[in-house]
Amino acid sequence: MSLELTLHTSPQVPVEAENISPDKFAGLTIAEIETLSVMHGNEQLTLADFFKVEGQTGAEIHLQGDLSRLKYIGSGMSSGHIHIHGNTGQHLGAAMSGGEILVDGDAGDWVAPDMSGGRIQIKGNAGHMVGSAYRGSPVGILGGEIIIHGDVRNEAGHGMRNGMIVVGGNSGDFTGVDMLAGSIIVLGKLGIRSGAGMKRGSIVTLQAAAMLPTFSYACTYQPTYLRIYMQYLKDSGLAIDEAHISGNYERWSGDAIELNRGEILLYKD
Amino acid sequence: MTTSLRIVNGKLYDPTNDIDGESRDICIENGKIVDSVDTDAKKIDAQGMVIMPGGVDIHCHIAGPKVNLARKLQPEDHRLDPHPGSALMRSGTGGIVPSTFTTGYRYATLGYTTAMEAAVTPIGARHALEELHDTPVIDKGFYVLLGNNIFLQKLLQQGRTEEFKQAVAWWINATKAYAVKLVNPGGDEPWKGKRNSNVANIDEKSTETDLSPRDIIDAFIGAVNELGLPHPPHLHSNNLGHSGNVSTTMETMRTAADRRLHMAHIQFHSYGGELGKNPVSAAQEIAEYINSHPNITCDVGQVMFGKSTIMTADAPLAYMLRGISKNKWVNADTECESGCGILPFSYQENIYVHALQWAIGLELFLLSQDPWRIILSTDHPNGGSFMSYPKLIRLLMDKEFRKQEIKSVNQKAINKTILQDLDREYSLNEIAIITRAGPAKALNLKHKGHLGVGADADITVYDEHEDKELMFSAPRYVIKSGKLIIEDHEFKQDHIGRLLHTSPDYDETIIESIRPFFEKYYSIEFDNYAVNDSYLHDHEVIPGIN
Repeated sequence: MSLELTLHTSPQVPVEAENISPDKFAGLTIAEIETLSVMHGNEQLTLADFFKVEGQTGAEIHLQGDLSRLKYIGSGMSSGHIHIHGNTGQHLGAAMSGGEILVDGDAGDWVAPDMSGGRIQIKGNAGHMVGSAYRGSPVGILGGEIIIHGDVRNEAGHGMRNGMIVVGGNSGDFTGVDMLAGSIIVLGKLGIRSGAGMKRGSIVTLQAAAMLPTFSYACTYQPTYLRIYMQYLKDSGLAIDEAHISGNYERWSGDAIELNRGEILLYKD
Repeated sequence: MTTSLRIVNGKLYDPTNDIDGESRDICIENGKIVDSVDTDAKKIDAQGMVIMPGGVDIHCHIAGPKVNLARKLQPEDHRLDPHPGSALMRSGTGGIVPSTFTTGYRYATLGYTTAMEAAVTPIGARHALEELHDTPVIDKGFYVLLGNNIFLQKLLQQGRTEEFKQAVAWWINATKAYAVKLVNPGGDEPWKGKRNSNVANIDEKSTETDLSPRDIIDAFIGAVNELGLPHPPHLHSNNLGHSGNVSTTMETMRTAADRRLHMAHIQFHSYGGELGKNPVSAAQEIAEYINSHPNITCDVGQVMFGKSTIMTADAPLAYMLRGISKNKWVNADTECESGCGILPFSYQENIYVHALQWAIGLELFLLSQDPWRIILSTDHPNGGSFMSYPKLIRLLMDKEFRKQEIKSVNQKAINKTILQDLDREYSLNEIAIITRAGPAKALNLKHKGHLGVGADADITVYDEHEDKELMFSAPRYVIKSGKLIIEDHEFKQDHIGRLLHTSPDYDETIIESIRPFFEKYYSIEFDNYAVNDSYLHDHEVIPGIN
């Protein structure tokens, strides 16, 4: 059995709902969960003002309705499971360290900033700044896995330190800008200026991409580690052919204005 | 709400009036300490508590354009430390450079009731005054940067020392400043004009003005002392942070001869060794000179491990540091009568230089024989936040704690100092001197830093506790101008502090010398330059010493 939260009143302005998280619900009765606070603009309300809460409390939470104005769902969660049967708003899974979030629809900007572990899977598209560093900070996500089946917009993986971001569709501009380490895999087209300022880490794409002049061609080879990654993604339901798993990749090193230890791998059939 | 208050049974530490831990009653009325109050006045029982005057921070960076730039530069730091509003408090952000309101509240929660912003360009005076007005609870003032002022240097170059003095006095009046600040005098200007140029030696003459830093420093010490300003020149000497800068620092102090001089954050100026190589400690040499020269006061500028923000008018220094840290930085004020560099920084225990800086600061404290003249500061936020004062106090008062901390830092650095051999522990009375009575005296604030009749009723009451860090980080009562701001550790009342400034007399004919220079070179109209009285809000003019 699981806990079901159904949106009955759509908020007028974005709602900050960092209390929707298995960690915050742990040990509470349904009545107590209903009284947890949310910020509706500058006004403090309760979960019950927006949601009908029913079912049985436990580690699994199901959310129903159009939640595109709900921010910070799953914020700081360390375990458990959230399934959003629709769209969700900004800052999904901010600072999460474990557990899993599954979104059937689209997600807003700032998916999982400050993430250090756990897994987020989004079946639709996501906005800007997926797994990115907050403004001013040089360090993005520290670990974990973000898999987006659709497209993402600009600056995915900005400053990421570790972990993996996978985009099934196309990515926006500045994908992996200033990244420190970790992996970004884009099955569709990379936006322009991808990898700008990257120190280390890998950006992989299956399509042709425009390289910055500060990236230089190194070699064409078959990266062993990539086979394991690609097989894993295929098993996760992404459209990956056998050729992508065992094929050739062009390695471009960069960014030369930084350490030049990062790489962009372009699939070559 | 003005209240009459009587604090009874507490142990008083009031070094100015030679009271060292004796039990005395304190009576407060109309914001001042008085002889007696009505018997029905509100009574605070301070049994088992320590009473001190409110803290006075002689050197910090809390308001003005450069502080605001540092806030804007570090959104990532504010995000982690929000300061929520309440019925009594405005909201804000904390972190290493807190917002204005939060700065005031946090000083108050440490028991500090006065703080001096240590570097404001004349053109930034309006901004600084507005921000200080929005820094609640504490009384405050600022020092105006004049050490790289071209007009003043031109006067010196032409030998017009009397006019120089008058112009300094005019500038203080025009900006509503409390004191004159000199930062890398004679060094910023050449750096701004020519790539990588700075002065390395205080006798090196500028090719532009034919003046050496020593000429400039000497002229300011002379002028400020003749004008009788309450606080002597507040000097950030040349070569800050460079190995071997001890010779510059010593020469700078000798330039003062027996005239009053305040050496800012002297820890950063106490390095031996060779330029370009690793520094060693020169704390003994510096401490010896200060001990034997009562005309010198200084604040330490202790480095505390963790986050900091380099924020200085010494732009060449910030430029050098940004090359080391590779972090984001801001260079500003190049078009003003000064320079400015800001970069986020972090002091780490395992790094030789950082550990050495930490140890040198502690050496200076422990070697000082006259606590009245070596004042506690971290050069907030350069050496660390003012929020780390309680930990610093514990390092000074508790040698076992100090020994433990010494063990966890870079041992190579420690071995270059005599810190391990210093067993001195500060007493509560000495802490009251270096955080209250001493700075008040150095600033010549006669109504602050003590608890005698007639003093401002700025009082801090601490629970006595073995752990001095705990004790000094959470006073039980804080009283500002007679108002009970913090009661039982809880913020009870807001207060808008006063601006402290000074207003030396000057010969008004000097304006006719300054005006043509403005009309020729400045982008601001001369008549719009001076700050008018509407910026003063609640203020107090502190008289000079003559």
